[in-house]
Amino acid sequence: MALRELKVCLLGDTGVGKSSIVWRFVEDSFDPNINPTIGASFMTKTVQYQNELHKFLIWDTAGQERFRALAPMYYRGSAAAIIVYDITKEETFSTLKNWVKELRQHGPPNIVVAIAGNKCDLNDVREVMEKDAKDYADSIHAIFVETSAKNAININELFIEISRRIPSTDTNPASSGKGFKLRRQPSVTKRSCC
Amino acid sequence: SHSAADLLLLGGHRECILSGIMSVNGKKVLHMDRNSYYGGESASITPLEDLYKRFNLPGTPPESMGRGRDWNVDLIPKFLMANGQLVKMLLYTEVTRYLDFKVIEGSFVYKGGKIYKVPSTEAEALASSLMGLFEKRRFRKFLVYVANFDENDPRTFEGVDPKKTTMRDVYKKFDLGQDVIDFTGHALALYRTDDYLDQPCQETINRIKLYSESLARYGKSPYLYPLYGLGELPQGFARLSAIYGGTYMLNKPIEEIVIENGKVVGVKSEGEVARCKQLICDPSYVSDRVTKVGQVIRVICILSHPIKNTNDANSCQIIIPQNQVNRKSGAVSPLSRFVSISDLFAPTDPGTESQIFISRTYDATTHFETTCDDIKDIYKRMMGSEFDFEEMKRKKNDIYGEEEQQ
Repeated sequence: MALRELKVCLLGDTGVGKSSIVWRFVEDSFDPNINPTIGASFMTKTVQYQNELHKFLIWDTAGQERFRALAPMYYRGSAAAIIVYDITKEETFSTLKNWVKELRQHGPPNIVVAIAGNKCDLNDVREVMEKDAKDYADSIHAIFVETSAKNAININELFIEISRRIPSTDTNPASSGKGFKLRRQPSVTKRSCC
Repeated sequence: SHSAADLLLLGGHRECILSGIMSVNGKKVLHMDRNSYYGGESASITPLEDLYKRFNLPGTPPESMGRGRDWNVDLIPKFLMANGQLVKMLLYTEVTRYLDFKVIEGSFVYKGGKIYKVPSTEAEALASSLMGLFEKRRFRKFLVYVANFDENDPRTFEGVDPKKTTMRDVYKKFDLGQDVIDFTGHALALYRTDDYLDQPCQETINRIKLYSESLARYGKSPYLYPLYGLGELPQGFARLSAIYGGTYMLNKPIEEIVIENGKVVGVKSEGEVARCKQLICDPSYVSDRVTKVGQVIRVICILSHPIKNTNDANSCQIIIPQNQVNRKSGAVSPLSRFVSISDLFAPTDPGTESQIFISRTYDATTHFETTCDDIKDIYKRMMGSEFDFEEMKRKKNDIYGEEEQQ
């Protein structure tokens, strides 16, 4: 089965639950006291989609979103971006548009965008109506789901939907111009001494 | 309002590497940059329109150059030696994970109006049209000597005293002619002038060894280059720092470096003082604490064609030895040309009293070895102990999910 590596970057204000969503997806666990800068450099999970394996390489912001210091590198080569807001905090939904703008500016042109309204388990303190968010997501052709990392609601569904929207391999540009990763022990070709 | 940072950094590329190292080692790090992008004076500029603006070129890039966003233009072009110190830093910190590299396709040397491939292995030396037959044999012997040379093993010296014998005398010992000396000094040892000839040979021999060992790693050339430009390097180290709790702020105008009793206590930005115990910055933030030590002229050209005699290489380095500089070349006809003249600055004092540790301006070398020496020097000045690559290793597991496929 073909394995495809798909980079996914997370966006959204501090405290909306970006790390928790990935944590739930990758480790199927939830930590209410998760450190704001969890310090995960990389999180991966492979899921089967039709006749392909999709290995998600998920980049967390490492707190660099706080002062809007996310580097172009963060967006580079992303197949998808998940923009997260907190349904109990109106202002995290208002700033969503800025993140979309940021993504349009720095992200790859054909990136799949998903919007996740997190903390949907806290319905009684909701400040953002589901319909408003859905309408906005539709207007920018983005995936939309309300999620709860805490109660494991719609987390897997979010990634399945991303898999569905990723263009099939053959539409990707040729990978001939690609680089390589440095390794500690590269193939050292010892030159024989005549 | 916040508790003081152990270390505050301002600007550039080296500062990003240092903030990565210090965060990994548990220091509370705050990094500010007056620019809206990472890397300071050695950033990669994107889109192309910004480069035109930066150099005050009239108009916009011609349509034939395609999408401006697809361009990343290095302000200070350099390569990484495949076996050099920066690669070691990238591997130890695992910043390599965020970066993709390419091998530069060739290294060339300019001689008498023509471009030649730099021979650096025995096989290449024997095939090169740069030397006559007898010269080739002598050069081959010299390369074998250098490959076997070990500064800790006197049996490999063959009568040379690495700390006393000049390089000029080593060349004499192998009976090498002026042309070979030229490309060995400039294209293998990568010296910019001929001053090294009268200095002890150890440094030069080690430089040639670094070149050969770098070449042996990936073939083609000893040079590596990040796929999306040098600006990726500070971004990668900044991410490392952030993962270890470092805080990053771009677009921060710096108004004042606050000193109390001769010692730095903070930096004032937008009316607020961020407190710190130590400060690292590039010379542009502290004009009263640096002295001018030279100048460098950089010319960025965008070419519409590969360079003659380079086998249509997509990427290459061409060294023009000092004594070839005044010849007319005509090898290239650039589409656009961007020229900068920069002053080189060095700190006036080591910073041990003020606790302000200032880096040096990027010099004209074609690779990062002197940059890494500067990083190690700053480390030593602020920590009081020698830099150790082991210190750069990540201290905790920070990869979750499946094991990375190696």
